Amino acid sequence: MATVSLKKLTKRYGNIEIVHGIDLDITDREFIALVGPSGCGKSTTLRMIAGLEEISAGSIEIGGRVVNDLPPRSRNISMVFQSYALYPHMTVRENLGFSLKIAGAAKEDMDRRVAEASAILGLDTLLDRRPSQLSGGQRQRVAMGRAIVRDPDVFLFDEPLSNLDAKLRTQMRTEIKKLHAKVRSTVIYVTHDQVEAMTLADRIVIMRDGHIEQVGTPDEVFRRPATRFVAGFIGSPPMNLHEARVDDGQLVFASGEKLPLPHQFKANVTTGDKVVFGLRPDDIYPTGHGISSGDAADVHQIELPITVTEPLGNETLVFVEFNGSDWVSRMLNPRPLKSGERVAMSLDLSQAHLFAADTGKTLRS
Amino acid sequence: MDENSSARLKRRLLGIVYRIGLFLAMLTICLPGLWIVISSLRPTVEIMAKPPVWIPKEISFDAYVAMFSGIGKGGIPVIEYFRNSLIVSVTSTVIAVAIGMAGGYAFARYRFRSKSSVFLGLMLTRTVPGIALSLPLFFLYVRLGIIDTHFGLILAYVALNVPFTIWLIDGFFRQVPKDLAEAAQIDGCTRWQAFWQVEFPLAGPGIASAAIFAFLTCWNEFALASQLTRSVSAKTLPVGLLDYTAEFTIDWRGMCALAVVMIIPALTLTYIVQKHLVGGLTSGAVKG
Repeated sequence: MATVSLKKLTKRYGNIEIVHGIDLDITDREFIALVGPSGCGKSTTLRMIAGLEEISAGSIEIGGRVVNDLPPRSRNISMVFQSYALYPHMTVRENLGFSLKIAGAAKEDMDRRVAEASAILGLDTLLDRRPSQLSGGQRQRVAMGRAIVRDPDVFLFDEPLSNLDAKLRTQMRTEIKKLHAKVRSTVIYVTHDQVEAMTLADRIVIMRDGHIEQVGTPDEVFRRPATRFVAGFIGSPPMNLHEARVDDGQLVFASGEKLPLPHQFKANVTTGDKVVFGLRPDDIYPTGHGISSGDAADVHQIELPITVTEPLGNETLVFVEFNGSDWVSRMLNPRPLKSGERVAMSLDLSQAHLFAADTGKTLRS
Repeated sequence: MDENSSARLKRRLLGIVYRIGLFLAMLTICLPGLWIVISSLRPTVEIMAKPPVWIPKEISFDAYVAMFSGIGKGGIPVIEYFRNSLIVSVTSTVIAVAIGMAGGYAFARYRFRSKSSVFLGLMLTRTVPGIALSLPLFFLYVRLGIIDTHFGLILAYVALNVPFTIWLIDGFFRQVPKDLAEAAQIDGCTRWQAFWQVEFPLAGPGIASAAIFAFLTCWNEFALASQLTRSVSAKTLPVGLLDYTAEFTIDWRGMCALAVVMIIPALTLTYIVQKHLVGGLTSGAVKG
């Protein structure tokens, strides 16, 4: 049973503040992903929770107990490092059993728990090898095994998959998800890869420059991004974002091109407002090659020239020129298109986003 | 002749050239040592002969027998010298390595004020030649009453070795990824346990080589020891070599024999420890 709650958590190095008093409540058995670009403070936050980094202000509670000044060993957590951090002078068995040995567990108990963990992760045949004799994926599994053996209240993962190749990463991602289904501990998972965060987490915390931008389920952060930053960060290919001016029920772009103001924002903006218009690649498609999620009346038709196409087999990414730059669109059931060709595009404005140009906050009420 | 066979021939020729080069290099390195061993086994006439006699005509162990036969029969107190050397070298090595580990670890892991100046200062002490310190040290030791004692020599040797051991051990601790100690702390270790359970074993080979360097420095040191010791109770083996010089003569054979006695323990120790000096022990710890 372990909730984790951060209250006004702050980290300063000298005069430089890295994490600016963040608040976060994590419920028991929840899988939380901290995601953001490098330098956003996500790893520092994780290390503060682990007790590897002192906190400058605020508090951290694990299971209702304030752990601010407790050393890592007294927090009942375990951590999987980006570098795996396996002990190279020990065998896999010794690596897995190390925490139990330090805790002074009985030999039989140790053997049993190591056997359990290695069974879960399929490490049975590797127990007598040393880390140097393992492949990347196997090392990764040992690192997770070492975390499981402790039976911790909270698992901390610090970019555990970033050293693996693309194929293995996808595979290990599934394994982590299965593992969480089996072990049901609270998990805090740091990554810079939004796909990992989306696929794994119950809730995602998007961080930027030491602040939390948004906390929400993968669906919420994807469909209802709270800020322009979140909108651009979550989703692949990223959302098309362009500055525009509101003028009498229309959005006027820098190039003079116009789009109707999406009706869901009509109440929140007035003529003269500077805004950022956002549309996901799924919501702009060559007419007849996409799915509109809203009312047919909200689908705006416009003819645009194609710059480049990227065929992916089941779909094609089509880059069209609008407002002087490329907008990426996703074309389902693709047909061959040529560069320079002008095609009829459908823009599903019911799915559009508007953000205030100055604050970057969503204008959705 | 086709391309392949000429390439093969070229490779073979190059291999032979490499081996000859290697042999010559090794010969240059080993010859003085070899010459000492040979000289300890042949009469003085042969040692001094011009042109040199390359192959000894007769071999005798007289010098070794004489060395141990006691004062008056050409012997010197070799057992005492050996004991002094051992006590001084081992003690100062242990102390220097202990300080070197603490210092090296601090330099490798912690940030503190004027770290680089302190480090530079330590290294600068190495630029002063030991012989330049011998006279000031001599006066200082006389005043303190620690001249001609094991303690005095140990103190000097520790001071001589500490900067070097700190520098070496710092490098070895830097090679141990920081993540490992952190992982150990999360696994339930205190800072202290994490050091002894994880970081120390991994830096072990490096610390062992630092220890060998320190030991050999002490074991072979002559300049300071010749000034700071004078009696049988404190003189070390290198200083003992001087026992073979008289006012008008030098017993080269005896001196070489004592040199061999000095070399053997150092060589044995190096041979034993070098097996443990395998690099790459940390491979597999973190990515790669």
